[in-house]
Amino acid sequence: MTTLRSSSPWRLTASGLAKLGLNGRALVIAVPMIWLLVFFLIPFLVVLKISVAEPMIARPPYSPLFIEGQDGWSIKATLGNYAYLFEDSLYINAYLSSIKIAFFSTVFSLLIGYPMAYYIARSPEPKRSLLLILIVLPFWTSFLLRVYAWIGILKGKGVLNAFLLKLGVINEPLIIMQTDIAVYIGIVYTYLPFMILPLYANLVKLDDALLEASADLGAGPISTFFRITIPLSLPGIVAGSMLVFIPAIGEFVIPALLGGPDTLMIGKVLWTEFFSNRDWPVASAVAIAMLVLLVIPIMLLRLAQSKQGDSA
Amino acid sequence: MKRGLFLPVVSIFGFLFLYVPIVSLVIFSFNKSKLVTVWGGWSTKWYGELLNDPQILGAAWISLKIGVVSATLATVLGTIAAMVLTRFGRVRGRGLLTGMVTAPLVMPEVITGLSLLLLFVAMEASFGWPAGRGMLTIIIAHTTFCMAYVAVVVQSRLTDMDDAIEEAAADLGARPVRVFFDITLPMIAPALISGWLLSFTLSLDDLVIASFVSGPGASTLPMVIFSKVRLGVTPEINALATLIVVVVAVGISISWFFMRKRVKT
Repeated sequence: MTTLRSSSPWRLTASGLAKLGLNGRALVIAVPMIWLLVFFLIPFLVVLKISVAEPMIARPPYSPLFIEGQDGWSIKATLGNYAYLFEDSLYINAYLSSIKIAFFSTVFSLLIGYPMAYYIARSPEPKRSLLLILIVLPFWTSFLLRVYAWIGILKGKGVLNAFLLKLGVINEPLIIMQTDIAVYIGIVYTYLPFMILPLYANLVKLDDALLEASADLGAGPISTFFRITIPLSLPGIVAGSMLVFIPAIGEFVIPALLGGPDTLMIGKVLWTEFFSNRDWPVASAVAIAMLVLLVIPIMLLRLAQSKQGDSA
Repeated sequence: MKRGLFLPVVSIFGFLFLYVPIVSLVIFSFNKSKLVTVWGGWSTKWYGELLNDPQILGAAWISLKIGVVSATLATVLGTIAAMVLTRFGRVRGRGLLTGMVTAPLVMPEVITGLSLLLLFVAMEASFGWPAGRGMLTIIIAHTTFCMAYVAVVVQSRLTDMDDAIEEAAADLGARPVRVFFDITLPMIAPALISGWLLSFTLSLDDLVIASFVSGPGASTLPMVIFSKVRLGVTPEINALATLIVVVVAVGISISWFFMRKRVKT
């Protein structure tokens, strides 16, 4: 402990707390720690608890975990909600369909995002800064409204169909709205900047000397790209891909607005289970199942981010 | 290396993809006709309707209040968390704090929303607080996920910053609190401002978490927009979107102008 100077306004409180065995340092650490414990970590334990409860017509609508009986406390838990997820094909289909949609959206984002990130990273200043701002700018406008904009573009009598009909490319309107294609477009559109930014951060550090050395040793541009550029930018590729894949898995707004009634996504199922069916235990079990699915992608993301950090 | 046309062409296509929806929103907000493809001539009547819609205005007011309070709380808490993680060395619980600070960034919104709601319900059942759900619960939820963003922004600023000045102040006898307010805080101020703005934007834009933790009487702007938009295209919402785009574009231009000025001097 450092000595306290007189006339310090902190003196009284600090010395008082020191007597209690607390110092300012511990207090400073405690503030964010307690907030996150209470409002981030404990909620997951509550979800876990309710996922093994039984639905009840009560307030709140689930059975208690601890029951006070005549011979003390007992625990009442059931895995019925998880078994239910396996019995009803709706949940398994939603699970698989979420993985499929998230996976292909990630691939499309990478195919568009990689060339864009490469182009921006190789642009001279101030063009580079300007292009970067253009990538980040949509972040600051409403996500909900940008997804909504696609309804006007994709629907039967929307902008896209009117444009293509006028050009004579198609004879009758394309049906895109309320299909999985609209969901893909929405996800790629929303998360493309998340793919581009880590790729850019990686590619901008790429040493030109390595590319020149490869060319000097006789490799063509394509061979150099696949053998030098891609392996060196792997942390950026993984980080960007996970930043698209993870939110896409739990996405609700995009399938709700652009998808059709048969677009199955796990985030939408959780929402319906909670708000329409009011089955809190099953909704909790769906949330836990979704978390389990995300464990590996989240670990991959952290690994890629620490690699990115090391090379900086 | 020979540079072909491939990169610029893909990039132009990509930027068009990002901006065509926004531009179409703006154009159709001035369309007289209610139908999207039928151009009925220029009109500003949807702006008039927007400004006379008490439901949207009320929700916008609620969202602004929630946004200001949660962004401010998130900035304070996120900055403290960033200080602990960068300046306190190996303290007990550091690993746990790191995990809890970064996890909300990748957590799907439906899970965050559901888990917080279940917590609030369980807390109310156990000791009666928070009584009911509404603005307070939304503020707590938004503060929690926004503080993660603030912590990341401030942490990177603190890591880049030269801590020799802080050490010099400490050597000259300044107490840690004084060092923080006199030296550290002014130096990380730009990060605090961008963290606050980011939190404010995220709070204003959140639909999923607010829908879970809100109660009757506290409908935020995204909740009202979502319920209107589900029924189809509404030109009034286009007008609202245009206003948001204008505010953001002006804000970004101003901050870009000041950043360029600072770099020059």
